[in-house]
Amino acid sequence: MTGRLFHNSGRLARLILRRDRIRIAIWLIIITALTMIVAAAYTNLFTTRQEIMTYAETMRNPAMTAMVGPGYGLDNYTYGAMMAHSMLILTAIAVAVMSIFLVARHTRRDEESGRIEMIRSLPVGRLSNITATTLVSFSVNILLALLTGAGLFLLGIESIDLPGSLLYGATLGAAGIFFTAVTALFVQLTANTRSAIGYSIMFLGLSYLIRALGDVSSEALSLLSPLGWITQTQVYVNNYWWPLLLTVGAALIITAAAFKLNSLRDLEAGMLPAKPGRKTASSWLQNPLGLALKLQRTSLISWAAGLFILGASYGSVFGDVDAFLESVEMYREIFIIAEDIPFVDQFVATLMSVIAIISTVPALIMILKVRGEEKAGRIEHLLARAVSRKQVMGSYLFISLTASLMMLFLSAAGMWTAAAAVMDDPVSLDAVLKSSLVYLPAVWALIGLTVLIIGFKPRAAFISWIYLGYSFFVIYLGEMLQVPDWMAGLTPFGYVPKVPIEEINFGMLIILTAISLILMIAGFLGYKRRDILL
Amino acid sequence: MTAINIENLSKNFGTVRALDGINLEVNKGEVYGYIGPNGAGKTTTIRILLGILQADRGNAAVFGRDAWHNAVEIHKRIAYVPGEVNLWPNLTGGEIIDLFVQLRGNTHKSRREELIERFDLDPTKKCRSYSKGNRQKVALVAAFAAEADLYLLDEPSSGLDPLMEKVFQECVMEFKEKGKTVFLSSHILSEVERLCDKVSIIRQGKIIESGSLDDLRHLTRTRMVLETKKEISSLESVEGIHDVKKQNKGVTFLVDTEQLDKVIEHISKFGVKKLESSPPKLEDVFMDHYRDDGGES
Repeated sequence: MTGRLFHNSGRLARLILRRDRIRIAIWLIIITALTMIVAAAYTNLFTTRQEIMTYAETMRNPAMTAMVGPGYGLDNYTYGAMMAHSMLILTAIAVAVMSIFLVARHTRRDEESGRIEMIRSLPVGRLSNITATTLVSFSVNILLALLTGAGLFLLGIESIDLPGSLLYGATLGAAGIFFTAVTALFVQLTANTRSAIGYSIMFLGLSYLIRALGDVSSEALSLLSPLGWITQTQVYVNNYWWPLLLTVGAALIITAAAFKLNSLRDLEAGMLPAKPGRKTASSWLQNPLGLALKLQRTSLISWAAGLFILGASYGSVFGDVDAFLESVEMYREIFIIAEDIPFVDQFVATLMSVIAIISTVPALIMILKVRGEEKAGRIEHLLARAVSRKQVMGSYLFISLTASLMMLFLSAAGMWTAAAAVMDDPVSLDAVLKSSLVYLPAVWALIGLTVLIIGFKPRAAFISWIYLGYSFFVIYLGEMLQVPDWMAGLTPFGYVPKVPIEEINFGMLIILTAISLILMIAGFLGYKRRDILL
Repeated sequence: MTAINIENLSKNFGTVRALDGINLEVNKGEVYGYIGPNGAGKTTTIRILLGILQADRGNAAVFGRDAWHNAVEIHKRIAYVPGEVNLWPNLTGGEIIDLFVQLRGNTHKSRREELIERFDLDPTKKCRSYSKGNRQKVALVAAFAAEADLYLLDEPSSGLDPLMEKVFQECVMEFKEKGKTVFLSSHILSEVERLCDKVSIIRQGKIIESGSLDDLRHLTRTRMVLETKKEISSLESVEGIHDVKKQNKGVTFLVDTEQLDKVIEHISKFGVKKLESSPPKLEDVFMDHYRDDGGES
């Protein structure tokens, strides 16, 4: 009987590998290569003891702790510890996202589209598909662990030794395995792919936030978050393996729960009940804009709430910043650019550059939806009626632009609210808002680029994500690694003045806005002219 | 020997009752038609037979074994074609056919080639570029290439062109000759009429009529076109005559099958010049049940 539940799992696993061989290879190569590049970069950037110790002081500050986790081994900072400290959480999030997409794609998405029904009509066990999917995802993560581990060790950097490198890789793999399990569980709860991915990403976001708050305030809180567990490994310094046992053990328990739920529920059903919808279209669902808004409403609200919370969690560390400053005399000397600029302003500027890029994600999602609808063959329903292409694209662009303003505003508001609550001498709302909204033209430039691509080369729309990824890489690591200026010059975010430490440069902002506008107009013209492609 | 045996089967989705105590028996070697309007519960029935939905009450057995508990064993002997076929966009039709055949465990290379040719399918194309009809063909070839004892077909010919529909019907006839069992859910009543020995009509989760096509025809009315020498009158008042309409030369009306004798006797008095009668079609049976039982619909 039990054997029957898993019949043909191996064949289904091979099908998944066949379908995703390129996708999986790309993920593995990018993550491994990025890890190796960053590790190698540290040795070139910090050559003297003095430089390394200065960097260690940077990593001691609470804003950094909130962003990348608690520092360790700072007194005798090594390249290995530096690399692991600044990269581990970020890379683990990337691995988690990879696992979430992989699992959702082969379980709920295939089920939703009716493909699993055909598979299940064959001699295939009830649990075979989820078994095959988790098996493949676990294996991909184990392979990733070995690749990054071996890759790091082979760089031959002094402090990046074999046990540490293997643990670093294993930590990433464990994070991936954990989120494989979490996604496998959420996939059982909801009947559609979007919600399943949404819940899983939300869980990842919450894990990050809880860890950020915990790392700054109380260690116990951090231990509630799986991302908090993995920072406990203290790779290249103490090499603790126990957090991985915890992570993988929890993952196995969650996987077992997911299997149990899978065996209980009907195909294509979720454990959470679906509500019946409206009988008639509401008054605002009467035009393309209303439709576009309705389709993205949940996503928009979730992102807005998420960014407010992200802003607030960064803002909540500002109280500690003051205390930290008083304790570290050296830091004050090195990092305060001018006496009249308060130290906390620099944190605002640093955090905002990262928040701005994260805020761009929902803006791009909103505009790329117009392409998603086209790909799904649904845009034809509109265009076959009395709706012009200008109206269709315009609706999505309007939402995207509104989202950009909304996200930047809310994250700034979140940061200020939390900061005002914890600081004796609060930073001004005006400064925080300016620091955030000054990024609007840069976000618009990315939206403009996306409109342009959709207008001319719709199948290349993924380039927007790669470009945003590049921007994140340069801006995020630029703070820590001082990447060359020309690299920052390749992204619009590199041209945005770091308010409040820098003056607002209206000339630059106007140029960026003008470029965005030109890109958008060109995109509209292309979209009017081209074929609708699936 | 029964191929399918359903007893008092019920299934709810939340508060919606999809199946409400249905009974059904399909014997080996029969081609069985399962008809009903959209949302009547046809697909739910088939999915329970496939063991991918679990019944709330009642039994569903295939080859005498429980459809839920013995799903894997049963599936080795059945082939299924869904009405809406979704395939993995980056695999070719040929790859998918092979995958499905392999999952089942027995390979019939020659049968596969023969079917690909008959259905005029290009197996080298990626599924993303297939039209609805072509995706349907992939599912048909994959199912028919298998050596199965029971074919579960859920609106299998939707999206096929008339030529391909004919090929499909030929295939079903061949199964019938070989003594295979076919359970065919369909909207295309002419197709069911041509292929099936027995029919069940389901409506709002209940089987409202079951039997051979002949049995069902008796339940309904024969359409007649009549021209007489003498002016015929008072037709409406004759028992068993309905829906009288004047045409340019004569009249058309419907006759209850059991009153046919009396009606002929009545009209013969007026000197019949022309009399056409057409036997009740499945469509009439179907429509009748819509009108009678629905009341509101």
